Amino acid sequence: MKKRKKLLETIVHGIFLIMGLITVGCVLLITVYLVISGIPAIRKIGLFDFLFGKVWASTAKEPKYGILPFILTSIYGTAGAILLGVPIGFLTAVYLAKIAPKRVRSTMAQAVSMLAGIPSVVYGLVGMMVLVPGIRIIFHIPDGASLLAAIIVLAIMILPSIIKMSITALEAVPKEYEEASLALGATPEETYFRVSVPAARSGIAAAVVMGVGRAIGEAMAVMMVAGGAANLPNSLFQSVCFLTTAVAKEMGYSSGLQQQALYSIALVLFLFIMLINAALNFFLKGEKGKD
Amino acid sequence: MKKMICFALAAVLALGVLAGCSNTAKPEQTKGTDPVSTNAPAKELAGNVATDGSTSMQKVINALGESFVGMNPNVNFTYNPTGSSGGIKAVSSGTCDIGLSSRALKDEEVNEGLVGTVLAYDGIAMIVNPENPVEDLDLETIAKIYTGEITNWSEIGGNDAEIVLIGREAGSGTRSGFEEIVGVVDACQYRQELTSTGDVITAVASNPNAIGYASLASVKDTVKALKVAGVAPTEETVKDGTYVIQRPFVLVTKEGVELSETAQAFFDYALSPDANEVLTAAGVVPAN
Repeated sequence: MKKRKKLLETIVHGIFLIMGLITVGCVLLITVYLVISGIPAIRKIGLFDFLFGKVWASTAKEPKYGILPFILTSIYGTAGAILLGVPIGFLTAVYLAKIAPKRVRSTMAQAVSMLAGIPSVVYGLVGMMVLVPGIRIIFHIPDGASLLAAIIVLAIMILPSIIKMSITALEAVPKEYEEASLALGATPEETYFRVSVPAARSGIAAAVVMGVGRAIGEAMAVMMVAGGAANLPNSLFQSVCFLTTAVAKEMGYSSGLQQQALYSIALVLFLFIMLINAALNFFLKGEKGKD
Repeated sequence: MKKMICFALAAVLALGVLAGCSNTAKPEQTKGTDPVSTNAPAKELAGNVATDGSTSMQKVINALGESFVGMNPNVNFTYNPTGSSGGIKAVSSGTCDIGLSSRALKDEEVNEGLVGTVLAYDGIAMIVNPENPVEDLDLETIAKIYTGEITNWSEIGGNDAEIVLIGREAGSGTRSGFEEIVGVVDACQYRQELTSTGDVITAVASNPNAIGYASLASVKDTVKALKVAGVAPTEETVKDGTYVIQRPFVLVTKEGVELSETAQAFFDYALSPDANEVLTAAGVVPAN
């Protein structure tokens, strides 16, 4: 019986190992595939011309494959979404984790979860029908599909991840810290912002990084509101194209070097996301090290 | 002991799933190399017709597919909206029976052994917001608008407002069709590049100063179709050639690759006069 149990143990162990390997295998497959299909175009175009070229005209007679407009748009768009979304998300999280009465808290938390569950195409659609015409009328510009519209949509889309992760971080702060602060005569507000938030800072930083990851990887919603022309993002009201949308927009019709260049864009995007993941790991590890 | 049986069952089930995967994968592989082997009885057609390609042809091909399946209930008709180049690629790699292209084949594609058969003609309508007073533009003016030479509606009899150019993404059949006919290839100063005909119509419908182009078959009441050189885009004017912004809808097959019986039957049906009614109902002008 003992032998049998051991055999069983080994088999079960094997099954779990295989399941784990499937996940790792997927990541490896995607990485290897992207690198293999992304490198040839970069070689043909030249790394410098590809990354820093200012003109993207993939179907022109003399095609140009410069993705600087996409890179800058992705960076500006994400930065804008963070600037707009983080203060809102962070303060919401402090309110929900520390201040809000129980009933308000549960309702609001549910609303946040629902926000996370809305498909991105719906964000895009509402943005297209409401936000884009709204921007056109408010700012008296010819057309509202712009970097600003994309930033607003992205800011709303990253709220749930920022709020949820920040709440978790704030709740993990030991109660004794806050009690000690209150006992010393600090007001509740002083306690939250001078004690709880600093104690949860690495978790909140991780929440911001996760928001960055979500914003930089979003394609569908921004494709519908950003305009999609491959302009350098010189103003908030310009029609722009993100790294993600550049790939999604042209992949269906692409062929030859154009298609390879799209893989290369995907590779660049992948590297960006890897960097963000590394940053996320760094912050999360910082939190563990502190305890 | 019970647990053990549980795990054993789970393992068997897991294996079953894996085996199921490989089983379904096999026939697909053989089908790709030998499409004729799916032999159907001579009288009643059965099997698959796989089409793949232009999103502009979606309405047309689905209408044709529906009526074909209505006549042959055992046929499984599929359409994969990948765009003209996608459909052409799918035919040349053998992943579909008939490719759909909303542009004439390029020389390099013909050299690869692909054959294009014109199914119908589609007019490309110039659309503006219904609030826009402009009714009629000639081809030259449209070209000037899209290249950025004319930037204000007041220059062509409209309100004093900047013209907002809405177009399709690079590689779109509608875009290349429009740019070639109007003579503005690679020269357009688009404000927005959208990825579907529906998006273009929505964008134009929500901006009073926008102008865009879309398949005549898809134009709705939310936008106004302009006359081009005095000719309104209708089926008659597309058919007799007086409306100049039009393009062919092409069925793409590969030379030397015999279609399956079912696919051939569909191909013949689509090009026969019997299909004209369906094509007309779908908003295009039949070629035959």
